[in-house]
Amino acid sequence: MAPILEIKNIETYYDLIYAIRGASLIVEQGSITAILGNNGAGKSTILKTVMGLIEDQPDKGSIEFLGERIDGLDTEKIVRKGLIYVPEGREVFNELTVDENLLMGAYTRNDRKGMAQDFERVYAYFPVLAQRKKQWAGTLSGGEQQMLAIGRALMGRPKLLLLDEPSLGLSPILVQEIFKIISAIKEEGVTIVLVEQNAKKALAISDFALILENGRFVMAGPSAKLALDKDVQEFYMGARSEESAKGYQRWKRKKRWR
Amino acid sequence: MIDFIQMLLSGVAVGSSYALMGLAMVLIYKTSEVVNFAQGEMALVSVFMTYLVLATHGWPFHLAFPAALVFSFFLGCFLEWAVLRRAKTPNILSMIIITIGIEMILLGLVSWKFGADPKTLPFPIGPYDAFMIGDLFISELEIMTLVLALAIMAGLFLFLRYTRFGMAMKATQQNPVAARLMGIRVNRILMVTWGISAGVGCVAGLLIAPTVMSPFMMWDPMLKGFAGAVLGGMTSLPGAVAGAYIVGVVENLFGGYVSTEFKSVVAFVIIVVVLCVKPSGLLARHYVKKV
Repeated sequence: MAPILEIKNIETYYDLIYAIRGASLIVEQGSITAILGNNGAGKSTILKTVMGLIEDQPDKGSIEFLGERIDGLDTEKIVRKGLIYVPEGREVFNELTVDENLLMGAYTRNDRKGMAQDFERVYAYFPVLAQRKKQWAGTLSGGEQQMLAIGRALMGRPKLLLLDEPSLGLSPILVQEIFKIISAIKEEGVTIVLVEQNAKKALAISDFALILENGRFVMAGPSAKLALDKDVQEFYMGARSEESAKGYQRWKRKKRWR
Repeated sequence: MIDFIQMLLSGVAVGSSYALMGLAMVLIYKTSEVVNFAQGEMALVSVFMTYLVLATHGWPFHLAFPAALVFSFFLGCFLEWAVLRRAKTPNILSMIIITIGIEMILLGLVSWKFGADPKTLPFPIGPYDAFMIGDLFISELEIMTLVLALAIMAGLFLFLRYTRFGMAMKATQQNPVAARLMGIRVNRILMVTWGISAGVGCVAGLLIAPTVMSPFMMWDPMLKGFAGAVLGGMTSLPGAVAGAYIVGVVENLFGGYVSTEFKSVVAFVIIVVVLCVKPSGLLARHYVKKV
């Protein structure tokens, strides 16, 4: 099957900052692809570049969605093709109710029947939200807002869902729950790209993973394989190698990657 | 007592046209954070265009007034599209300067085309048609202004509350980036907001024109409307309406009991006092914006 998303060698500038320094990525249909990396590695920037949120970017390279070039298009048009992004930090509409937020998620659609079904589906995924239907989104807790942000994205019937740090700032139990739901969404046939700092959890649910550092992918492979890799364990999952010469080794290996 | 009620009534009546101007400014401010000082002159152009088709080309009223609304809608859309959208890296100050620029250009155009001397707009109701209830003197134009203002407010409320486009306008106000991510065409929303706002302003202008009509007729109502909007918190539509009515009523009472010379000033005194006591305005409710 043809890949759903193909990024070829993109380079992105954030004003004067050279943020993405040539990154390529193929997302297979029906998979979860995780992008891991430290703070400031450029994970979110990749997603924002794909969504056309950074003006006049990517500077170089191309992005294809279902075989069609989408780089340089307006965000609105990209969304209408079925590529939906859940931004970091939720970004719900604070002064709209939960119901209205979900309705806005379905803004591009006109099929009343399908929308009614999707409302039910979202409320089935997130029963908490059903209890808060008429409440302003700004009054929800952080976890509820994250659920709402994901639910809102689902209302647009995404073909490809981009999730930016869905576990950010949530309690461990909620993180567990959110990840469970992400797997369930995948089972329904939605392809997912997941950007995460929580490498352990992300590797556990994804099929394929890439590691980003300083705007370049430095490692890629099936998630199960990456999870066993010594470097990945040490640098991203917090495992420790032996005490002796640790500092030196760490420095040397990191250096090699760049 | 009868004097007091009479002044209250005229205050409410004049407050209605302030309220329409205030509403128009708040609509734009909420969506794009631009304080639109050209609001009055946008209405002015529409009023003079109506004058042109009514007095010079002899259009009937039932054609001229809807045409004026349509014209003002497109004028608003055009200004947003042609001028405001072109501003690169906009900040509040430069936007204000731009709207003041638009204001002067429009004012200049109107003065140049029609001359600065006062005119009379042909209108179905004369400014002095009135009736008495007991000892109260009520002008028909005032009643019409009040009714139209209330109808427009109700219409706007229903539109923002129950239509998808209205909801998208609110979503855009609250979080433009997230709105784009929903597939909402934010630029189009901004443009239509300007159009609607210009339409609301145009109604205010047409209701003021039978009493005064000259290139400077919109200055006072716009500033008072702005004052009312600030009083109400600048981001709340009901707040702007309430604020404008307060300005209208207080101004009239002050004029009646204290001094007519300082009547116009009193509005701004209220603003200063309110801003000192409750800087966010009377009815504004906000979530603090994350930076």
